[in-house]
Amino acid sequence: MADSIISARAIWKSFGELSVLKGIDLEVAEKELVFVIGPSGSGKSTLLRCLNRLEEPDSGSIRMDGTEILEKKVDINAVRRRIGMVFQSFNLYPHMSALGNVTLALRHVLGLPRDAAEARALAALERVGLADRVSHMPGQLSGGQQQRVAIARAIAMEPRVVLFDEPTSALDPELVGSVLQVMRDLRESGMTMVVVSHEMAFARAAADRVVFMADGEKLEEGPPASIFGNPRHERTQAFIRQIERH
Amino acid sequence: MEDFVDAFFNLDIIRRASPILWSGLLQTLLLAVTVVPVGAVGGVLLGLLTSSPNKTVRRSFALWTDFFRGVPPLVLLVFIYAGLPFAGLDTGAWGAVVIGFLLNTSAYYGEILRAGIESVPRGQVEAARSTGLTATKTMGLVVLPQAVRNVLPDLVSNTLEVVKLTSIASVVAMPELLFQARQAQNATYNASPIVAAAIAYFIMLWPVVRLISRLENKVLVARR
Ligand SMILES: Nc1ncnc2c1ncn2[C@@H]1O[C@H](COP(=O)(O)OP(=O)(O)OP(=O)(O)O)[C@@H](O)[C@H]1O
Ligand SMILES: [Mg+2]
Repeated sequence: MADSIISARAIWKSFGELSVLKGIDLEVAEKELVFVIGPSGSGKSTLLRCLNRLEEPDSGSIRMDGTEILEKKVDINAVRRRIGMVFQSFNLYPHMSALGNVTLALRHVLGLPRDAAEARALAALERVGLADRVSHMPGQLSGGQQQRVAIARAIAMEPRVVLFDEPTSALDPELVGSVLQVMRDLRESGMTMVVVSHEMAFARAAADRVVFMADGEKLEEGPPASIFGNPRHERTQAFIRQIERH
Repeated sequence: MEDFVDAFFNLDIIRRASPILWSGLLQTLLLAVTVVPVGAVGGVLLGLLTSSPNKTVRRSFALWTDFFRGVPPLVLLVFIYAGLPFAGLDTGAWGAVVIGFLLNTSAYYGEILRAGIESVPRGQVEAARSTGLTATKTMGLVVLPQAVRNVLPDLVSNTLEVVKLTSIASVVAMPELLFQARQAQNATYNASPIVAAAIAYFIMLWPVVRLISRLENKVLVARR
């Protein structure tokens, strides 16, 4: 695949005795939205965290735009500025305003002067529908708003790809929609995304490809219609039945 | 009653002693504005070292911190002032005070900051690093500001203790407030200068005590 942004091959990762990723492959093409599902503890978060080396894989290869990022001599900070990440618990900096959260990396990673950083941060906050909340502190925002600030923080860096780890799991049900809407807009604008989530309706509507993981392995993958409508593996069937019941 | 007032609140004696009490107060202030920053800078360094991801570094400086929190500051000061000269290292009174307070005070500030750094959730570091911030910038821009805010009442309390502790400089003949008050007491056979010194300490430190209460209330409210 020539237009592959991320190409992870044979990723192994264990924590002590526990083997969490067992030789996983993952390809993410330009402008693709890849959805990763699987039972709790199957290694979804670990896989995502290996992609920007928040977790160090034991072995394997991860190429980003053709460059191997697992090599020791790679400047990981340069790699990370091109990979955004959105966390389940938002992880906004509580001592900074929404604007401060977004400008921090613009100023101290990209080295933009204050004016330019703020202009770019404002544009990002506008994109997530929070133009009127720029000077609010995280504690003054709802969970949905906080998560949208976190998304703004990621996309303001103009990354090649954004990784989402259960972005709506910590939200009250009535706040989920606003975050999914932002993600849908991002997708429309051509952002490449890897999403770990249990929002199956969103997956059906927005995903290009669904990857089903269990016990650190990729059991199957394909377009949402076939994974949800006609899963081949019995563990996928069981998982989807269980999710649909909720 | 008159005897009591005469022995402890003799205004005439206090008035006569006021020039040297005043110079003592200035000396105490000078000591405070010297040793607090010295201890605080050392404390930040120790707080960072005892939070190091490197186990050997972390454990060595944890031991160092424990040691200097365990040694009585008066003993430490006398040792540096009167003991080190035997090893050919004569620090003088100021040198002994600065080194002694650096060792003692930084250990306390360091331990408070270490706890503060530990109180910052791991996700904060991960969020910052995921945007490409270096470990150093993450510490300086994301972790330390939150750590300091979380332990601010303890930091200010410790500062109060340090200012009070400057009175031990009198044992190395540094003419600070307590030293001068005792000189005046010895000269007049009257305790009033000591009382005057106590009042001076109180007036100087009362605002800090109030500040600590307010900070502690704020922390309680914030936790609710
Ligand atoms: N830092 C760590 N140290 C030790 N074990 C870990 C660590 N991180 C994850 N694990 C373990 O690895 C396994 C996979 O965890 P991971 O978080 O990747 O699963 P997941 O698929 O994201 O699950 P969930 O749906 O519950 O988020 C789990 O058993 C977890 O306990
Ligand atoms: Mg997870």
